[in-house]
Amino acid sequence: MLNALLAMAAIAILLGAVLGYAAIKFRVEGNPLVDKIDAVLPQTQCGQCGFPGCKPYATAIAEGVADINLCPPGGDEGIHKLADLLGMEYKPFGGATQPKPKSVAIIDESNCIGCTLCIQACPVDAIVGAAKQMHTIIASECTGCELCVPPCPVDCISMVPIEESIANWKWKYPVYALTASK
Amino acid sequence: MRTLYQFHGGIHPPTNKTQSNHTPIKQASLPSKLVIPLHQHVGSSAKPIVEAGQRVLKGELIGAPDGHLSSAVHAPTSGTISAIDMQIVAHPSGIPDLCITLIPDGLDEWIHREPCDDWCALSHTELRHRLRQAGVVGLGGAVFPSDVKLYSHKHKIKTLVLNGAECEPYITCDDLLMRERATEILQGAQIMRALLYAEEVLIGIEDNKPEAIAAMRAAVTEGCHERMEVVAVPTIYPGGGAKQLIRVLTGIEVAAGVRSTNLGVQCFNVATAYSAWRAIGHSEPLISRIVTITGNVGHPQNFEALIGTPMDELVAQAQPLPGTTGYIMGGPMMGVLMPSMQVGVIKATNCIIAAAKNLFPAPAPALPCIRCTRCAEVCPSELQPQELYWFSKAKNLDKAEDYHLFDCIECGACSYVCPSNIPLVQYYRFAKSEIWAQEASQKAADAARERHEFRESRIEREKREKAEKLAAKEKAAIEARALRAETPQAVVSSARPDADPENTMQLKIQLAIDHAKEQAAAIKPKNTEQLTPQQLAEIADIEARRARVREIAKDVTHIDGHS
Amino acid sequence: MSGFFSPFITKPVSVSQIMLHVLLALIPGIALYVWFFGPAILVSLTLASITALGVEALMLKIQNKQIAPTLKDNTALLTAWLLALSIPPLAPWWLVVVGTAFAISISKHLYGGLGNNPFNPAMIGYAVLIISFPVHMTHWLTPHGLGDVSLSFLEQLNYIFQGVLPDGIKLDAITMATPLDTLKTQLHLNGHVQEILDMPIYGRLAGQGSEWVAAGFLLGGVYLIAQRIISWHIPLAYLGTLFAVAGLFHLIDPAHYVTPVFHLFSGAAMLGAFFILTDPVTSPTTPRGRLIFAASAALLTYLIRAFGGFPDGMAFATLLMNICVPLIDAYTQPKVFGKKKGQS
Ligand code: SF4
Ligand code: SF4
Ligand code: SF4
Repeated sequence: MLNALLAMAAIAILLGAVLGYAAIKFRVEGNPLVDKIDAVLPQTQCGQCGFPGCKPYATAIAEGVADINLCPPGGDEGIHKLADLLGMEYKPFGGATQPKPKSVAIIDESNCIGCTLCIQACPVDAIVGAAKQMHTIIASECTGCELCVPPCPVDCISMVPIEESIANWKWKYPVYALTASK
Repeated sequence: MRTLYQFHGGIHPPTNKTQSNHTPIKQASLPSKLVIPLHQHVGSSAKPIVEAGQRVLKGELIGAPDGHLSSAVHAPTSGTISAIDMQIVAHPSGIPDLCITLIPDGLDEWIHREPCDDWCALSHTELRHRLRQAGVVGLGGAVFPSDVKLYSHKHKIKTLVLNGAECEPYITCDDLLMRERATEILQGAQIMRALLYAEEVLIGIEDNKPEAIAAMRAAVTEGCHERMEVVAVPTIYPGGGAKQLIRVLTGIEVAAGVRSTNLGVQCFNVATAYSAWRAIGHSEPLISRIVTITGNVGHPQNFEALIGTPMDELVAQAQPLPGTTGYIMGGPMMGVLMPSMQVGVIKATNCIIAAAKNLFPAPAPALPCIRCTRCAEVCPSELQPQELYWFSKAKNLDKAEDYHLFDCIECGACSYVCPSNIPLVQYYRFAKSEIWAQEASQKAADAARERHEFRESRIEREKREKAEKLAAKEKAAIEARALRAETPQAVVSSARPDADPENTMQLKIQLAIDHAKEQAAAIKPKNTEQLTPQQLAEIADIEARRARVREIAKDVTHIDGHS
Repeated sequence: MSGFFSPFITKPVSVSQIMLHVLLALIPGIALYVWFFGPAILVSLTLASITALGVEALMLKIQNKQIAPTLKDNTALLTAWLLALSIPPLAPWWLVVVGTAFAISISKHLYGGLGNNPFNPAMIGYAVLIISFPVHMTHWLTPHGLGDVSLSFLEQLNYIFQGVLPDGIKLDAITMATPLDTLKTQLHLNGHVQEILDMPIYGRLAGQGSEWVAAGFLLGGVYLIAQRIISWHIPLAYLGTLFAVAGLFHLIDPAHYVTPVFHLFSGAAMLGAFFILTDPVTSPTTPRGRLIFAASAALLTYLIRAFGGFPDGMAFATLLMNICVPLIDAYTQPKVFGKKKGQS
């Protein structure tokens, strides 16, 4: 009996030592969790989550003050990824806004007055133009965050959903019935 | 006798080739219209360089290659361009893509050609350029631009493999091409061999095509081609897959993501070699190809059809039978169901099967996987399809990738044998395109992060610079005060330099809005010629106001620029 | 149109055909069973089959799944037969019913139905029965010509369904322990292997009669391999390892360890090697994995037989190895085309 207890204790101490050593040896510097979460977020910087950008939201999640289901552009898939990363349960979307189809902003160029307000709003510098010059959006860089829409004084920016084309077309998840189709 | 190698697995589906390989290749009649997609190849779309209403000659360039990996598109016959618009194309999605519609004028008038008798005199760069301009792409189905594949350094490539295996059931277009045009295929092969500096040429043909083998062998002997050999390979599906044929002929296994050229082999379809010869020797661009029409038709046979020929018009020439439910482009193992029967023939169209219930009965209902591993036994890529299925079904994409999803060549052998009738390949296609999409959005997110971070740092820097400037100014002012010890007001005003610009900014915007409103009001489309004096006066008025606004705006920007 | 995607043609042997082949392959063994032990086994086979189909239909119905396609796949029947063959034919009817119902409902359907059960359902059923009703599980029939009396078919039926024996006949007179069981008991009584094997219940290779049944299963198994319904890996590795281990012990101490051939032909070794371990759902999918799986199962079987508390270790060895299947699969993934050693 005593022997068994001693053996158990010895094993416990040994394992504890190994774990402790590993913790010191393999410690990662910095706060990689924020970066890891940030890597999963879609980087639209839209602020729809209620935070001023993806990184602040990532920090909030890492600190445990924000839920994982607040990012509309990330969609369901994003929540799944965050849940996987953090070892949490998946939750259905719970933010104020609902996920929308991915879109890009388009400037109605005939109405643009060249005020540069949208340029200042765009978090990824996807708008080119100069004061009093017509502005345009580099569609390939636009993340669809909609941040440029409200500042425009003449309401000439609209969001157009990205249409399915042969280039971005995807094979669908196979659905087949378990029934004999006659 | 050459030693042949084996690959793992494979199946023996009924070949169904005899229906269509008894009659010689027939010239298809001129269709009523041609719908030619600009994206028929791997890489970026060709750019249309013609306009609607323009008359073009046979062989005239109508779509120019755009970028390194791209290919040209030509008018298959003479006629008038009737439209350049989005049309449904031969693609499983059924999504329209940019096409050029050509109405043939029946004259079939060729553009000026310069046949080349001595291609050896041309530089390799020139040869490649000609192939690219002739729109030569892989005709085995992959439609990869051939010029890009025909680039190599000396002593790098030992073997050029010509693929005449044609392992898919029903298809006989390569068979007939080899029987009838063997000499020209070999001439194309010579050009390819020269471009690749390849030492030997091996032509792999499945042994169920004795006529083609004989014809090709005769042509090799007749042409006195050195180190060129026609090899009969065993008939097994998918023995005609490039990787599988390379393995059988050379013993080399080309893994997914590895360039075969790095292992000393390059592989082309026999039809590609033929087109390469037509392009170089006869200056004929790729405007037609051999298409097997088979399935639910009275007279299955091979046609030489112009690119863009509507499929129903082509099938009509093979005595279609009632009961056809759709067209399959390609073979029954890897082909795709066409979204419409009117789509145009493209460079990848090797076969059109008119499908009917009796030929392709509905599959039995799918059951759960019982892990019987029949799929693993036949998989030529030596994968574990049941595991891939499991992970793809669960959308566990990372795991699927770990289990070598991208080594799957989508040959369909696994689905063919699965006792549970699971559409396995469909799951792999889904998983692959899902992974690609996720990679793309990940890339986009990374780019956005980078741009965002750059922007942040730029704003930060600008702020800092401004603060520094300000500090410097202040310091200067303090120094000045220390020097002169008078006019303290100057310091105060210079300490709040951004108060004014903010106001002017708003003013500026308000003015611009007014301007835009006026502009919108002033828009009177298409009637600016006959103006009443009143209108003219108005316009003058507006112009004057505009000029004024511009003056003000200029001042504003001036200030703005300093803020 | 055959579905919307390629391949548009298939030539599968359907699941039900595969299972049918397996059922057919059991028939020689069953026939020999009837020959040596009388037709009682047919009663339990029938009972088990009816129960299996009924419970399967019920479970599908409860889960709102399509009944017909799954019911027709013959897998429930196979489970029923394997279970019926592992329990004594003279067992009361409810034993068969409870075992089969448990096998189908709990160990198959509660785990997700066909293709998702980690454990071999028949063996789960067997394990449950032998743990819950150990006494009933030892009433094996005495082969013809061995016992003092033998029951007519009607009398057997009477016993199975009502538990009534004809006047004057005791249960002990018509049943006996299995050859493996007897061996174990006798060895405990310090018998010598040679003497024990001279007892009348032993035949030339193993148990009188049961050795022939095992041979019947061997025949069926060879048929399955020839038909490519199962691969050779599992049977060969299982029987080979069992032979090797048993042989080793026999060489060391022939007085206490029987011959390897005895092990191969007694208990559930043959049935297990060809029909139970090879159940595709609960065995590894890679060739290497199958070898490891079957060899380990054989080792376990032998250890349980020779040193454990149960006379036969087949069922428990199978279940123990079933647990390891995902692990074995994960670690034995074969190299894929072009990514083997010596390739870039
Ligand atoms: S252009 Fe507009 S919608 Fe697009 S990223 Fe910039 S601010 Fe967002
Ligand atoms: S489709 Fe893919 S997984 Fe299936 S047999 Fe072919 S290569 Fe293997
Ligand atoms: S052939 Fe079908 S049932 Fe068999 S293991 Fe493969 S996917 Fe599963």
